[in-house]
Amino acid sequence: MADKVVVAMSGGVDSSVAAALLVEQGYDVTGMMLKMWVGDCDQAENACCTPESIAQAREVASQFHIPFYVIDVKEAFKQNVVDYFIQAYQDGLTPNPCFHCNRTIKWGELLRKASDMGAEFMATGHYARILKDENGLCQLVKGVDEKKDQTYALSGLTQSQLQHTIFPLGGLLKSEVREMARKYGLTVSEKEDSQDLCFVGAQGYRGFLKQYGTVLAKPGLIKNVSGDIVGEHQGLNQYTIGQRKGLGSGLGIPHYVISLDSTNNEVIIGTQDELGQNVILTNPFNWISGNHDKHFGTAQVKIRYKSIPAPCNYTILENGSIRIVLDKPVRDATPGQIAVLYNEDEVLGSGIIQSTMRE
Amino acid sequence: MDRIYLDYAATTPVDQQVLEAMLPYFSHEFGNPSSAHYYGQQADGAIEQARRAIKSLFNADDYDVIFTSGGSESDNLALRGAALEQRKRTGATKILTSSVEHDAITQTASQLQQKSGFIYNELRVANNGIINLSYLENQLTKQVALVSIIYANNEIGSINPIKEAAKICHEKGILFHTDAVQAAAHLQIDLDELEVDYLSISAHKLYGPKGIGLLFKKKFAPLLPQITGGAQESGFRAGTSNVPLIVGMAKALEINFGKVESENIRLVKLRDKLITGVLQNIAGSYLTGDQMNRLSNHASFVFEGLSGNELLIALDMAGFAVSSGSACKVGNPKPSEVLLALGIKPDLAIGSLRITLGKFSTIEEIDSLISLLPEVVKRLRNEKRSENGR
Repeated sequence: MADKVVVAMSGGVDSSVAAALLVEQGYDVTGMMLKMWVGDCDQAENACCTPESIAQAREVASQFHIPFYVIDVKEAFKQNVVDYFIQAYQDGLTPNPCFHCNRTIKWGELLRKASDMGAEFMATGHYARILKDENGLCQLVKGVDEKKDQTYALSGLTQSQLQHTIFPLGGLLKSEVREMARKYGLTVSEKEDSQDLCFVGAQGYRGFLKQYGTVLAKPGLIKNVSGDIVGEHQGLNQYTIGQRKGLGSGLGIPHYVISLDSTNNEVIIGTQDELGQNVILTNPFNWISGNHDKHFGTAQVKIRYKSIPAPCNYTILENGSIRIVLDKPVRDATPGQIAVLYNEDEVLGSGIIQSTMRE
Repeated sequence: MDRIYLDYAATTPVDQQVLEAMLPYFSHEFGNPSSAHYYGQQADGAIEQARRAIKSLFNADDYDVIFTSGGSESDNLALRGAALEQRKRTGATKILTSSVEHDAITQTASQLQQKSGFIYNELRVANNGIINLSYLENQLTKQVALVSIIYANNEIGSINPIKEAAKICHEKGILFHTDAVQAAAHLQIDLDELEVDYLSISAHKLYGPKGIGLLFKKKFAPLLPQITGGAQESGFRAGTSNVPLIVGMAKALEINFGKVESENIRLVKLRDKLITGVLQNIAGSYLTGDQMNRLSNHASFVFEGLSGNELLIALDMAGFAVSSGSACKVGNPKPSEVLLALGIKPDLAIGSLRITLGKFSTIEEIDSLISLLPEVVKRLRNEKRSENGR
């Protein structure tokens, strides 16, 4: 009997083609859409839980003769993603909700429900690959389409989650996926890629945070790298690392935001020469292999979804977190974002950035 | 994957003989029955023959047969048409139904209350889903224009004492309607004996096509048409008659009447095996509705500690098509109003499952469901516990 696969469907091009490919490959496929969050999401275009998206996904499912269900995970999503998102901003961090959603909702709630309902695998339309090594361990590897690669946000998955995962699009280019969608006659083939966070809606994340009463504007001090007080700020959220504008004049030469110290609620500024950090400390690190036996090594680190991996070396600390030292300082290492270690195309693991330094 | 269909109360496949009976009327005998010429006469002949055949099956000499688009339209026509006309005649403004009606009744009665000045009351049922006749009698004041009681409920299969209820209403001069959409597939309805004023049925529950139903109306019972226009259906329902579907419904009813007795004996055996198998093998499972007085093909349960919606999905993934009162297409399950009306607590009502059998159901299918279900329920309950423990 064919293996049962639950494919997470959003009504978009990628997950629709993923479902179609699985059917073609002979799997016993069931489509599921997660109903995550009902804030203003019902109005937002491109969001994944609008009535229109549900109807589109259902139509695709019926085209391929697979059952399709909407699974309500609103509560878990609210707790694990939205509340975390709000709290992180309150704490002066810049969170990555997709990373947390993947870990706790898609590969948490949905994978568990799928397996309880009798599925061996869960599949998504992410651009990433899973390769098995000689010991049967799953390696998480960048998608063939470098521009669409989504391993950054998938780097929090564990070995046991990956063992039950299929990424049907990992070996394809986005252009090929669109071409397939046209070939299958999918009505969604020309649908735009989703861009923004699915739950914040048209108002953007600042508007969203405001709507949920997040207290962001906690005034504090602005210091230079030597620790001298050089001014006051009206809230860490109004600054991003590398920012030049709005730091006031009178400092003589141009100054930039070097780092945001959420512990002390301080903005640290400095000159262009002082810009950039070369040391990153993470929270406890998730090694994709499950048990990483080297205590130090060299790798490439990616600090944002869109940044280019930079050469570094790392040391594992006692509590399981790691200390990353970059060969060259980077400007935008931001607490709350994810530091993902790569060995070329393979993801070694990741950890949430806790703090950054210049040494 | 081999799929097993166990949701015959939702709909049934069209019988081959029914399909064949319909086919000429889509293309060859395509005339409009209202046309005066030969083509029209052929088509008109077909629907009048169907009407006469149906009347004879239901022993309905004293009734008009009004063809509609299905059960919901029949219910709408009866409720609106009778309530509005009766109010005009007697001034009575109350509509009384049971608390376990189909949405086609409850939504229509609610709208009549909200928009047309009627008062809508529900009659509480016992915890087996069956009305109490003396409660009914106590409610029957001069203010009541119309009583509508479901013949057999779609979610729990309980069969109401329709003949007795109609008699009580008639003694007080009150009009009586019953929604027999589920019942018609399994009960041999004799209208001469039943004596209701209006009765709704639908073809697709008994191997006929979708989109066709009818309302039996006792001759001279008041009824205000709801779709106005041409004089089709004696002026009670305008619109070009759907000739092939009418022919198909007549054929489906004819076949059904011929088989219902022997089929009921077969189905009851399967049904009771299923009910016993479920209740004995799964702790915390309960039958909903009445144990004896239920449709021959109908088994409905609630399970402690799980979501009926998830149970339905898991069974679908295993190849069994069933139904749940709390199933929802947009992922937002709510307990069924019907189950709540039986006094079942919301937490338990959310774990509902309906399995309905039909002419293709076999003992092997029932056996394989009974052997699978306990394992699926156990898995989902473990999940539920770990969720709650988090």
